[in-house]
Amino acid sequence: MCNFKLSGSLIKISKRSPAQNQMQIPSGYGVYPQNYSAPSGHCFQGPGKMTSLPLDDQRGDYYSGLYTVPTQNVVTPKTTNQQPGAQQIYGRVPPAPHNVGSTPEYFQGAASSASHLYTSASQPYSSPVNHYSGPAMYSANSSAVSQGFPSTCGHYAVSTVSNAVYPSVSYPSLPAGEPYGQQMFTSQNASTVRPVRDNSFSSQNTALSHPSPLPPPPSQQYHQQQSLSGYSTPSWSASGPPSTQDNLVRNHTGSLTPANNNPTNTVADSLSCPVTQNVQPPKSSPVVSTVVSGASSARLPPTANHLVEPVASVPQPSELLQQKDMLSSSASSPAPDPAPEPDPIPAPVPTAPQPSKVAKPFGYGYPTLQPGYQNTAAPLHSGGQPCSPAYSGFQQYAQQYPGMNQLSSSLGGLSLQSSVQPESLRPVNLTQERNILPVTPILAPIPNLNLDLKKLNCSPDSFRCTLTNIPQTQALLTKAKLPLGLLLHPFRDLTQLPVITSNTIVRCRSCRTYINPFVSFIDQRRWKCNLCYRVNDVPEEFMYNPLTRSYGEPHKRPEVQNSTVEFIASSDYMLRPPQPAVYLFVLDVSHNAVEAGYLTILCQSLLENLDKLPGDSRTRIGFVTFDSTIHFYNLQEGLSQPQMLIVSDIDDVFLPTPDSLLVNLHESKELIKDLLNALPNMFTNTRETHSALGPALQAAFKLMSPTGGRVSVFQTQLPSLGAGLLQSREDPNQRSSTKVVQHLGPATDFYKKLALDCSGQQTAVDLFLLSSQYSDLSSLACMSKYSAGCIYYYPSFHSTHNPSQAEKLQKELKRYLTRKIGFEAVMRIRCTKGLSMHTFHGNFFVRSTDLLSLANINPDAGFAVQLSIEESLTDTSLVCFQTALLYTSSKGERRIRVHTLCLPVVSSLADVYAGVDVQAAICLLANMAVDRSISTSLSDARDALVNAVVDSLSAYSSTVSNLQHSVLIAPSSLKLFPLYVLALLKQKAFRTGTSTRLDDRVYAMCQIKCQPLVHLMKMIHPNLYRIDRLIDEGAIHVNDRVVPQPPLQKLSAEKLTREGAFLMDCGCVFYIWVGKSCDNNFIEDVLGCPNFASIPQKMTHLPELDTLSSERTRSFITWLRDSRPLSPVLHVVKDESPAKTEFFQHLIEDRTEAAFSYYEFLLHIQQQICK
Amino acid sequence: MEAVVFVFSLLDCCALIFLSVYFIITLSDLECDYINARSCCSKLNKWIIPELIGHTIVTLLMLVSLHWFIFLLNLPVATWNIYRFIMVPSGNMGVFDPTEIHNRGQLKSHMKEAMIKLGFHLLCFFMYLYSMILALIND
Repeated sequence: MCNFKLSGSLIKISKRSPAQNQMQIPSGYGVYPQNYSAPSGHCFQGPGKMTSLPLDDQRGDYYSGLYTVPTQNVVTPKTTNQQPGAQQIYGRVPPAPHNVGSTPEYFQGAASSASHLYTSASQPYSSPVNHYSGPAMYSANSSAVSQGFPSTCGHYAVSTVSNAVYPSVSYPSLPAGEPYGQQMFTSQNASTVRPVRDNSFSSQNTALSHPSPLPPPPSQQYHQQQSLSGYSTPSWSASGPPSTQDNLVRNHTGSLTPANNNPTNTVADSLSCPVTQNVQPPKSSPVVSTVVSGASSARLPPTANHLVEPVASVPQPSELLQQKDMLSSSASSPAPDPAPEPDPIPAPVPTAPQPSKVAKPFGYGYPTLQPGYQNTAAPLHSGGQPCSPAYSGFQQYAQQYPGMNQLSSSLGGLSLQSSVQPESLRPVNLTQERNILPVTPILAPIPNLNLDLKKLNCSPDSFRCTLTNIPQTQALLTKAKLPLGLLLHPFRDLTQLPVITSNTIVRCRSCRTYINPFVSFIDQRRWKCNLCYRVNDVPEEFMYNPLTRSYGEPHKRPEVQNSTVEFIASSDYMLRPPQPAVYLFVLDVSHNAVEAGYLTILCQSLLENLDKLPGDSRTRIGFVTFDSTIHFYNLQEGLSQPQMLIVSDIDDVFLPTPDSLLVNLHESKELIKDLLNALPNMFTNTRETHSALGPALQAAFKLMSPTGGRVSVFQTQLPSLGAGLLQSREDPNQRSSTKVVQHLGPATDFYKKLALDCSGQQTAVDLFLLSSQYSDLSSLACMSKYSAGCIYYYPSFHSTHNPSQAEKLQKELKRYLTRKIGFEAVMRIRCTKGLSMHTFHGNFFVRSTDLLSLANINPDAGFAVQLSIEESLTDTSLVCFQTALLYTSSKGERRIRVHTLCLPVVSSLADVYAGVDVQAAICLLANMAVDRSISTSLSDARDALVNAVVDSLSAYSSTVSNLQHSVLIAPSSLKLFPLYVLALLKQKAFRTGTSTRLDDRVYAMCQIKCQPLVHLMKMIHPNLYRIDRLIDEGAIHVNDRVVPQPPLQKLSAEKLTREGAFLMDCGCVFYIWVGKSCDNNFIEDVLGCPNFASIPQKMTHLPELDTLSSERTRSFITWLRDSRPLSPVLHVVKDESPAKTEFFQHLIEDRTEAAFSYYEFLLHIQQQICK
Repeated sequence: MEAVVFVFSLLDCCALIFLSVYFIITLSDLECDYINARSCCSKLNKWIIPELIGHTIVTLLMLVSLHWFIFLLNLPVATWNIYRFIMVPSGNMGVFDPTEIHNRGQLKSHMKEAMIKLGFHLLCFFMYLYSMILALIND
């Protein structure tokens, strides 16, 4: 087990704040190293390719998993090819994918060889058989995402993918001191290496429901099959430790049962073992069309199992080459066997000679690929795997010349055009289609790349483009009339993320792009930048591949295998030593604030979370309160109690004792607790109504400027004293005006200047506005907008009179205080030459053309960028975007998080339309509309939104579709566009004619600007479910719970029946609407009230009742909550209660007195088009 | 008397030319990332009012001295300067706002504007020079 040593020195697990969904993925990690130990260094499949998608969000993952499948299945061809003895079986999966019972049998056959079970119904080649106890299995994992779980498998997919990732990492078994960089892979949840490994081990075992002859390890006990409600899911059901999250569940794919490994693990050193294993005679193969993975060394003709004929049975060499390439890439086997001679030894077998071979490939030239071939090849893959043995001869090439992956990837875009019209282009007659909204959640479109690249591409949750097919020229873009831009969520909570430490971070020498999966390796020593096309040298250090402990495989490095990676930066990336975490709270304690009672909630939350504040031993904290004067608190260690210092000179604020106001959290913890306990009662009798916010902020700036950090400002009224005082500008009579909405912009530049000063000193200001009357949020928000802070607004907040707001504050504070934070951050976005960025949206300060200065970065911040095409992209088939976020973690480490997205370039308008990501487009449009309403006027912005639909649809109908103009036609990819634009027009931010308070409107605009896409979409278009008849059909299993998956309903009162109960998920708030004649069973069983009349008016919790329907409802709501960082407040709304207007305003397809219904809106658009 | 008017205009025009060049240099520094947006904008905003005053004075001087052609030539530019100054939103830090200068191609349009002004002032410079010489000769 020599290989194990890697874990100690090489794998470092960062203690991130646990990701919200608490998946235990990390455990998966640990495991791999163990299992893999044997193969390391040897030829096996590099685990690598899988890695590309660090996905933690369910949806994205699910997709990615799905898509990657085909290639992955192909995983292990190399064995087949190389030795006569090797055989591969591609089993077709039986239609009932998750059938527990059946799987064990399959295994029986294959058991002795390391087998993998893939149960995925819909994939033709679901099971790559790979019995080299090797990593190949892992790569296969991702394929496991089965379609059996229609909408829900996101979680699962995640786990598998992540598993896949890790293996690659685990290989590196470098002695700690190795000069070559060490690879660190971290998972956010895991705190230490050890536990993780154990954990994972068990989880793995469990994952495979594998009745192997070998004695199962103790951990296997976990994997009983669970049949819940008739749903038996052995492999992915909650195996693993009870706490294991859904992710683990899916492990079956990746898991090597210990059984398999037993022999092989130890094998690493011993030559013979693997051989014997592998040499399973075909007997295992007879297992009928199954998941079996019993690759035996005996070579068989294409077996019956192989349902799909290879597309080209005798393919052209070059074609094969290409295919091999893909195959190998999926297998990612570094095995550099010399191609031509059939290796007597099964390649995968870790034999002694092999290590020596590792180095060989370098001697070989890299074959030049001809683009033409590649193009032809790509479609084949998608169609079916050419996995016939015939290929075998060529396989070696692929393996040998790993660089081909990159080459092909750069050419991959060429193969896009398929003759068949893609689904996304299917014309939809909008006025005829009654149910335009799909019943399952809408997923991000997958860029039309070749499979390799798809696998490697960045998760759509972190990085999305409005057009997944980039038009070749600006002219084409203009013709399409669609917005081009990127939506970013760069600091998202990730459940797993490869973290890399190396002495040199490899970057392009001219454009400073970080090396990424989409670069091409020209030969072993040079790579070509995919953004500026400069050819760079591969540094010596990079030549060493820690995954296989071999030299000369730069393409297998994790940087090149993952599109989301994190580097630990060296001191070159610091202007000063990393700052400590510093938190300052600036609290309004005027009469108004004390009356509202927020102090109690804040102090309570702080006391509870004081130990969870991200930071290290240097963490510092301070408090400033203000009314008409400013109060500082001396918390210096050694004092018997906190000392309050009052500064009444607000025109020229000074710091009374600059050194002892920000104190070390750990040293002065007792004093801080004393203060927090005392604070809520200190000002109970205050008569001071003025608020000197401006001076308090100036004081805060002075206090923070030596270090930088985070200032949290709590304000409850209009600042009325000193610098930055504001006047009320809102005219209540204008709230429902349809004409002009004024005062959307700030009244003074004081807050903007202050924010820029703060930003310059690496200080972010977060604003919590808890006010009952107008407080000029548009001016106050500037302090956060330009200092990269965040804004929270609680209209009519009162701790007792408005319990739902109080609960919301409490929950949001908890998240706010404990979430991850990055300090002194900068983000740079680069894109392929020819594209340029011209406008950025979000909270930050644009310091230079492409450099965003972010004093703080938090996981809930989203950004948008508008792009234009400056030069024609005719000479390239792919474009890439890279965001690099350099930040100081709360532990004082300088880190760089890099995301790379790769998209194809197309030359026809139809392809542009086919690739529209309507959600991304709508979010970008919303951002643009906010800018427009502030810089010109709201009505202008509304017109622009309508014109966006009119223009794009008319451009589509006049250029692409040949149908007559009298009907409103949209490509399927754009069919939701009018609906979403209508939803935007009915948003608080943009609506007119409905009474909207100015602050509410401005807050909605702030949210549009800084929310990541997932949250923003829920805000724009909430999800509506009927929940009074939840059934288990189509349910998914999460953490031992059955989560029903009711279909999405369209947002129209027509769907609401008085007999039903409906749940609306608006992102930050849930409404349950209960119809008047709702089934009494539901009211009793779920709401815990005897009848409709007795449901209380303000109900914010569902009682925990011991009934099936209550359980279902609660598990569904919990599942929805778990998927987002903020846990939303629930409101139960009775039909005919006054609160129902809140609910009904979200029914955007209906007509209101001031706005169109959806159908009317369509007619309006049609009219505009015909004009 | 006429000569004095043109000598003054000439000097004023020289100052405006230098100012335009300064604008162009500073903006291109920003474009090339030699200075940051904040310092660039505070540098330029300082000179907005002097430029406005300088140009308005010449324009008015031409009106007073009844040089209709030159006055009409200067009028659009003077109007634009004043309009731009008045229309700055209350929350912005001046004509050049560091938070917006990188957005929506503002930097480019500022650059273009500075170039056009430079050309215009050069044209004026020679016109004043010619008029001044003519006036001196006539005296």
